[in-house]
Amino acid sequence: MNPIETFSEKEVGLGWHPKRVLLILLMVSSTMIFASLTSGFIVRRDEGNWREFDLPTIMLLNTIVIALSSIALQWAYSSAKKDEIGRVKIGLAITLGLGLVFLVGQWLCWGDLVAGRTFFGGIDANVSGSFVYVLMGMHAFHLLAGLIFLAVVLRRTFNYQVHSRALLSIGNASILWHFLGALWLYLYLFLLLNH
Amino acid sequence: MSDMSAKPNLSAGVQTAGGVGTAPVSHTEHGDAHHDEHEHHDQHWLWKYVFSQDHKVIGKQFLITGIFWAIIGGTLSSLFRLQLGWPEGTMEWLTPVLGKWVEGGKLNPEFYLALVTMHGTIMVFFVLTAGLSGTFSNFLIPLQVGARDMASGFMNMLSYWFFFLSSLIMFFSLFLETGPAASGWTIYPPLSALPQAIPGSGMGMTMWLVSMVFFIVSQLLGGVNYVTTVINLRTRGMSMSKLPLTIWAFFLTAILGILSFPVLFSAALLLVFDRSFGTSFFLSDIYIAGQALPNQGGSPVLFQHLFWFLGHPEVYIVIMPAMGMVSEILATNARKPIFGYRAMIGSLIGISLLSFVVWAHHMFVTGMNPFLGSVFMFLTLIIAVPSGVKVFNWLATLWRGNIRFTTAMLFSIGFVSLFISGGLTGIILGNATLDIQMHNTYFVVAHFHLVMGSSAFFGLFAGVYHWFPKMFGRMMDEKLGYIHFWLTFAGVYLVFLPMHYIGIAGFPRRYYAWTGFDSFSQFADMNKFISVAAIIAFAAQFIFIFNFFYSIFRGRRATQNPWNSTTLEWTTPLVPGHGNWPGEIPAVYRWPYDYSKPGSETDFIPQNVPYSQTQSSNLPYEQELAD
Repeated sequence: MNPIETFSEKEVGLGWHPKRVLLILLMVSSTMIFASLTSGFIVRRDEGNWREFDLPTIMLLNTIVIALSSIALQWAYSSAKKDEIGRVKIGLAITLGLGLVFLVGQWLCWGDLVAGRTFFGGIDANVSGSFVYVLMGMHAFHLLAGLIFLAVVLRRTFNYQVHSRALLSIGNASILWHFLGALWLYLYLFLLLNH
Repeated sequence: MSDMSAKPNLSAGVQTAGGVGTAPVSHTEHGDAHHDEHEHHDQHWLWKYVFSQDHKVIGKQFLITGIFWAIIGGTLSSLFRLQLGWPEGTMEWLTPVLGKWVEGGKLNPEFYLALVTMHGTIMVFFVLTAGLSGTFSNFLIPLQVGARDMASGFMNMLSYWFFFLSSLIMFFSLFLETGPAASGWTIYPPLSALPQAIPGSGMGMTMWLVSMVFFIVSQLLGGVNYVTTVINLRTRGMSMSKLPLTIWAFFLTAILGILSFPVLFSAALLLVFDRSFGTSFFLSDIYIAGQALPNQGGSPVLFQHLFWFLGHPEVYIVIMPAMGMVSEILATNARKPIFGYRAMIGSLIGISLLSFVVWAHHMFVTGMNPFLGSVFMFLTLIIAVPSGVKVFNWLATLWRGNIRFTTAMLFSIGFVSLFISGGLTGIILGNATLDIQMHNTYFVVAHFHLVMGSSAFFGLFAGVYHWFPKMFGRMMDEKLGYIHFWLTFAGVYLVFLPMHYIGIAGFPRRYYAWTGFDSFSQFADMNKFISVAAIIAFAAQFIFIFNFFYSIFRGRRATQNPWNSTTLEWTTPLVPGHGNWPGEIPAVYRWPYDYSKPGSETDFIPQNVPYSQTQSSNLPYEQELAD
């Protein structure tokens, strides 16, 4: 082969690790679930027979909790970049804790909805309420996956597998977690603006 | 399967791959994911053939499961063709197979509905989605882009086993006492949502939904892997503009799946809630047996929107892999470059984009705003443009080619023929005004069976005949292949051409019998004719099945590159081991269609041959690269 014959050195694969690309594609498909559910919400609302109700105030608190958890995770990530492993552990633990608080908060929120006579199913239910339960439930289900991922990363941190030269797992975890936070923010604003 | 016969070869391949498995591959610079996978050569057979993470084994698993499903799906269609062809005839002789579904010599009408539902579900999802793109995306993507395996072998394995689980559930639902799902493969509520509506909406529908949820998971795990592999794991020099058209087609198919299957998931989820949790997403104002249901405020049309947002891209998920493989096989066997390579990519992208904005053309009769209908009609008719580009390019590729009529080539040409015949009626059905007349008649059945059903099958057959030597190291029998092709090709036209007539005459789909209508009795002979043709065409498939399994073990031994093809998969050993290339992965220097290049000594130049070795055939700009 003529040594001068070179390749057009286009960086293959956007420079991302395959696992990151896999994660982003899975996030895209999750986005499609929520996009379809929220468009279904709008299409259905425009057809009438739609009972309006107020969102419980605890939803706002939950939104703040999930935002704080994202900040904590970002702090853990930048600590990992600086090899401050102790702080990574604290940051991840806080994120995990706040994630659990968020899930409990969502559960309490469902309690408030029921107390306000907004039901998921049954004779007294209206589609408007059912949609809120489905959206929150699907989000919570995704958040569980995020929590498991965070727990795995925390374990890896204790095994010295997360540091400034091994940022893939914590990086992917924070991409997923920020995505879930942003997703909740979208759902909250969507429900707020559409009722 | 056949790997057993070539075991020494295979393990040798793996051993060498283990040695050089960490050879410099640009994409693994920050990855350690693949190294350990090349190490284990003395694997237990369970990990080698069953829970394998090798994309080639997974591809074969998808293929064989797909063949199994195709036999089931074909058998179901033969059963309902018997009913349609001989509505007065006795079915007593089928009692040993169908049991209580034959009552007094007659097929149970409820079971007839279950037959058409399961035929559609099985063919669309289990055969032509999992069996077609599952097989060839898995088998060909790493081989043709020059990768050792998929981005995540583990997720790829999960993808197959979720499909397997989904298959098991769907298969067992066939044997339920109340029968499998029976509200059509589109499972429109309220029929599908109310267990008390028909027997098939009971347990059968529940199992259908559970099975489809696993199927969606399988498709997503597979799809993200395909896309990531194409984006990340291409070998050196393999830019997107040097990819074979097969890979472009699989890539875009996977993207369509990633974007559309989650929407089916949403629809299925809401349907599950309506069925079992008392919500009213799709139910409103329903009386059953004089009793009013409590459900209020639901919208069955909402389900149709969600379903067809998947359902329409789904038909392209079915057809695009076939298009890609046909492009590849036509160019190889016409010994000519594919005509309009970039136009082929552009038209695939165009079809992919359009597939997301035309779903409501399945819903022209739902009472939608006529203006909205005209928008969807306009967008639908635009699909004729990229489709026309593709057909023109295929025909231009064949034009004055040095054509070798291999079996794969015959099926590819057959694909183009069926795609044209079925596509033309798509222009008729895409017009809202005409569709309102034709909706739910056999004209629609004829249209989609030609344009995406049969043609996708032809793409599948073409792919199997063409890549069989790479899969099993042996050749399929050409003579049997010819018989299979001509019986199938004639059969398909004899079945579906007459259906256009009875469709225009107004025969509705999914009717158990038309004996109650005098105006339809003149078509009784035509229906009988269609049934005979359908059963002969189905029987002809067993020639293929025999040829396939016989050739795995007894076929003529293949050579390394039996079709003199240019793409990378033919540079691997005859039966590649896990890791695909024993040494370094070849680099790519040229596009995949250098067939019959003027000035070249051979009539094909593989992609891994640098320009510096082909001085006599280089074009001026290529010579610049070589100097």
